[in-house]
Amino acid sequence: MMPISVEDLKKSYAGAPAVAGLSFQVQAGETYALLGPNGAGKTTTIEILEGYRKRDGGTVEVLGEDPGKDGSGLRAKIGIVLQSTALEPELTVAETVANFRSFYPKPHGVDEVLDLVDLSFARDTRVKALSGGQQRRLEIGLGLIGNPDLIFLDEPTTGLDPDARRNIWSLVLELNSMGKTILLSSHYMDEVEALAHRIAVLVAGQLKAEGTPQALRDQHGGYTEVRFYLGERTLPETFPAALRSIIHQERGWVIFEVPNPTPFLADLTNWSFKEQFELPHLNVTQPSLEEIYLNLTRGRRGAARAAKPVEA
Amino acid sequence: MLLLRQTQHQLTLFLRRPAAVFFVVAMPLIMFLVFVILFGNELIPETEVTTAQFYAPALAVFGAVMACYTYLAISTATSRDQGVLKRIRGTPLKPAIYIWARILAVTVIAIMAVVLVMVVGNLFFGVAVYPEKLPMALISLFLGCLSFAGLGMMVCAVCRTSDTVQAVTSATVLPLAFLSDVFIRPFRDVPVWVTWIADTFPLKHFSLAFGHAFRSDMAGSGFVWAGSEETYVALPRLAVMLAWGIVGAVIAAKMFKWDPKGEI
Repeated sequence: MMPISVEDLKKSYAGAPAVAGLSFQVQAGETYALLGPNGAGKTTTIEILEGYRKRDGGTVEVLGEDPGKDGSGLRAKIGIVLQSTALEPELTVAETVANFRSFYPKPHGVDEVLDLVDLSFARDTRVKALSGGQQRRLEIGLGLIGNPDLIFLDEPTTGLDPDARRNIWSLVLELNSMGKTILLSSHYMDEVEALAHRIAVLVAGQLKAEGTPQALRDQHGGYTEVRFYLGERTLPETFPAALRSIIHQERGWVIFEVPNPTPFLADLTNWSFKEQFELPHLNVTQPSLEEIYLNLTRGRRGAARAAKPVEA
Repeated sequence: MLLLRQTQHQLTLFLRRPAAVFFVVAMPLIMFLVFVILFGNELIPETEVTTAQFYAPALAVFGAVMACYTYLAISTATSRDQGVLKRIRGTPLKPAIYIWARILAVTVIAIMAVVLVMVVGNLFFGVAVYPEKLPMALISLFLGCLSFAGLGMMVCAVCRTSDTVQAVTSATVLPLAFLSDVFIRPFRDVPVWVTWIADTFPLKHFSLAFGHAFRSDMAGSGFVWAGSEETYVALPRLAVMLAWGIVGAVIAAKMFKWDPKGEI
């Protein structure tokens, strides 16, 4: 049995489709990420799976149950972290966790969870005095206290500073290593690349691409960028005509986009060696997932210009 | 067990909100002291009761309404704005237990406010308690708390943000308190329409069902449906009050939303 199975899910708000025929499955022990811009249907999908919203069509199974039916039995088995913070500012950290603990049939201990989310030091601190990252970790703790097998994390790091984001990342990785199945949503590519086994790119409520980060690169990033700096110089006559045809130039850079970089680089460096023509700042860039994501969501290839160089 | 734990949880939250404690528990006592000092603790003209004897139960009722109606509605709407209600809905805790815990908690708070005013009145201003009327006073208090809690939940269900809930609760309680023998002691020659309005709404019925239990010039234990002007008649007042409360609770149950406004 798959922890999550979604088949042709549909949901509209006032006639406007938010999720339009979405299908995917999440395997046990996997971290699965829904990635997409705002309004792509991530939260709608997650909240249908959590039992908050009713679907218009399709079938959905969460831990073998239909979350659209009265889900009190299901709610004991899942952990939820909502997109926006939902904490009572007057309580202390330990009181907050202890309160949620009382809702569940077989919960973890309060101290155990505080340890895990690294908030033991703030046990008796009022929630309103916590930083944004600490509040988010507390909410993840509340998602964990019931000892669920399946955890939903809806944009767990949105609005946090880079340090707090990294803390949440290591927490999510730790949860996964404990065997929890995680459904994550995010609009940060680096985040899903660091955390997820598989990624689903959502655009306008539809699955645009799905797979491991590597598979997405192979399927959707089928070119590599090679560039070197020419400056004020011009290319000599001897530059191979076959390579010349795929050039474009930009602010002194000579840029090639090639499907298979190995033979291309062999030709290029071979020529450069023979002609004693230097190729300063030669670099070879694999398209980052970010570009693939931007290409998929915008439907064009312009994002390649922002490529980050990797070692040649 | 869960119900008691959640009730205690709500009481903890209340005690950590100084503004709420002030308005619900301290305010009725302060108003009691102001009225007694302002008017002097003498016999109210044409009656056999002192200023304190009238105002102590009247402001006790005001405290109960502040707790069960105003505070319940505003605090629940605030929790909803904060997303706390939505988050609770995602746990196995039964929604009914959560709502009843909030109602029980405000009832306990109401009793604190009532006891405070009555004890101060009794110890320092000679407010008398009549044992044969006490059972009906307690029943009125309890049913009044539940009825106004029903109305508080209705306001919270009909209004979607804590701001509007705050406006609606103030706009309903304060004017009615002036017409319902709460802030102003009864006097002769009141325009008919004022009496008519006051008799329609539940606050006057609450204040008199409870207040008349502290009148030496009213006979009986209150457990009657009708009687002369010198009889303590509580049952019809409780009936009107409960009818309001039940209607409020039904509307609340039908319309209540757990998600913050703008989501879903």
